[in-house]
Amino acid sequence: MSAILDEDVVDSASIAAASTKRRSLWALAIRNSSVIVGGAILLIMLAIALLAPVLGTVDPTRIDPAARNKKPGTEITFRLDDGLTAKRTVLMGTDSLGRDVYSRVIYGTRVSLMIGVAVAVAAVSIGLVIGLVSGYIRWLDGIIMRIMDGLMAIPGILLAIALVSIWRAGLITVIFAIVVPDVPRVVRLVRSVVLTVREEPYVEGAISVGTPTWTLMFRHILPNTVAPLIVQGTFIAAAAILAEAILSFLGIGIPPEIPSWGNIMAEGRTLFRVFPHNILYPGIFLALTVLAVNIMGDGLRDTLDPKMSKKV
Amino acid sequence: MLDFIARRLVAIIPVLAVVAVFVFLMLRLTPGDPAAVIAGDNATSDQIADIRAKLGLNEPIWTQFAIWIGNVLQGNFGESFFFKKTVAELIAQRIEPTLALTTCTLIIALSLALPLGVLAAWKHGSLIDRFVMAFSVMGFSVPSFVIGYCLIYVFAIELGWLPVQGYIRIGVDFWGFLERMVLPSFTLGIIFIALIARITRASVLEVLNEDYIRTARAKGLSNRVVLMRHALRNAAVPILTVIGIGIALLIGGAVVTESVFGLPGLGRLTVEAVLSRDFPTIQTVILLFSVVYVLINLLIDISYTLFDPRIRY
Repeated sequence: MSAILDEDVVDSASIAAASTKRRSLWALAIRNSSVIVGGAILLIMLAIALLAPVLGTVDPTRIDPAARNKKPGTEITFRLDDGLTAKRTVLMGTDSLGRDVYSRVIYGTRVSLMIGVAVAVAAVSIGLVIGLVSGYIRWLDGIIMRIMDGLMAIPGILLAIALVSIWRAGLITVIFAIVVPDVPRVVRLVRSVVLTVREEPYVEGAISVGTPTWTLMFRHILPNTVAPLIVQGTFIAAAAILAEAILSFLGIGIPPEIPSWGNIMAEGRTLFRVFPHNILYPGIFLALTVLAVNIMGDGLRDTLDPKMSKKV
Repeated sequence: MLDFIARRLVAIIPVLAVVAVFVFLMLRLTPGDPAAVIAGDNATSDQIADIRAKLGLNEPIWTQFAIWIGNVLQGNFGESFFFKKTVAELIAQRIEPTLALTTCTLIIALSLALPLGVLAAWKHGSLIDRFVMAFSVMGFSVPSFVIGYCLIYVFAIELGWLPVQGYIRIGVDFWGFLERMVLPSFTLGIIFIALIARITRASVLEVLNEDYIRTARAKGLSNRVVLMRHALRNAAVPILTVIGIGIALLIGGAVVTESVFGLPGLGRLTVEAVLSRDFPTIQTVILLFSVVYVLINLLIDISYTLFDPRIRY
């Protein structure tokens, strides 16, 4: 009976302490100027992605042989479905198949943001589970960490390229290929937090009153990993958006019919000397988005994870 | 010291073993018959049977791994069915541009990033400090191929100072070689400059508060001596560590940069191999790059003692 009482005391006290600390950190984070600037740019990008159909775009996959390779600002005449013709100015020009680059870039925002979020969520969740297991179940630690070291010995982009080559390129393959190289980094982070936290008096207290392992892991240890994981997740998202663009640019990323920034640039490579707009516009969007995520990550790191910000 | 090197060498064995298992499994994880995958689309059934026997595909998987690793250790990486020559020959042919590109990049990046980082730390909070920080955030965000195309557009197409693309072997025409290395090296170098300048600034900044820096200044040493000999040298260990980790970025970046500038190096070879599903080549390149990456980091670990005599093994 007393054991149960004790556990309750330890529990509520530690959780209360942790949550007030966390709440004040979040309040700090949303007031950080880097977080505000990065977040604002990202919100604009999100709005562009969601509102793509009403931003004056046409079907980004529509091929128009009569309007191939037009420079930005050209007025083109196109045929409607009922046989009439209409005029339209192509803001960012057209590509060598006559597809509207502006519409492709705007729709490409959806692909990039989706890849960034998907990879960050997947890498953090997989890494979190493996990291908790590795940090807590000691006999598995050696094996897991050797495998993680081995994966980290293969340069990230190269590992992604290798994974893409195993299966035929598709959206899911590409996401998976970008996730795998990021997992060991998350595992190491989570494991190091677990190893520090399990020596803390409140965890020892919880162990001594017989808290089940799973409760211990998820209620007492997991909350400590949230702040560093959000920071890490942000940087993973930025790197993932870049990685997708690199893979697609090399021609081994997501299928070419999906308008992603990397694919638009891959398409523009051959005629770059004459029509640089195919590379320029998606490049600007890509750089701006990654920059925004990185700036936000820097701000989050400074406020949420002061220990890490001292290191770099 | 020798003891330490021996222990570190032993420690990289499990790491390389995991890499080897992964590289070995790559081919076995592909859907379909690995022999047919290797042989390519135009192979006859005799050729497939031949490959099947050579790879020992009829044996249990452990025997297959033993055969494969035995071959690799003897330098026999198999034959590229796409390029019609052995993978070892192929790599020997393609290694020069990659070595040249990475070396030039390292030279440019170090000679720009170290002074920039030290300067930013010294003039902490000044305009130059903010410039270095802004540059390093930008460097991480703008993909290297976008930088590459911008450089090509400005310096090769608009100004016409440098050639757009291509490669000339160093032994054939040295000036032609250098001309063609400038733009690719800067392209690949930007992210590396960003990385090293940032860590240099951070670690020099930390060292500048130490007592021995004040002592050095009190002795009347010039700023240059204080910064370069006392501050930078003591900040060397974290900088070296980051350079080691950055080698992965350099290798990944080389794949992209070689594609942008049409350099016939290992990076380009990797992409060509993936596009033609030439597995012996992909496997060897991954293995090679990983071994190089691990060995460079081992060398860096060992070199710490040179910069910081307090570290003893």
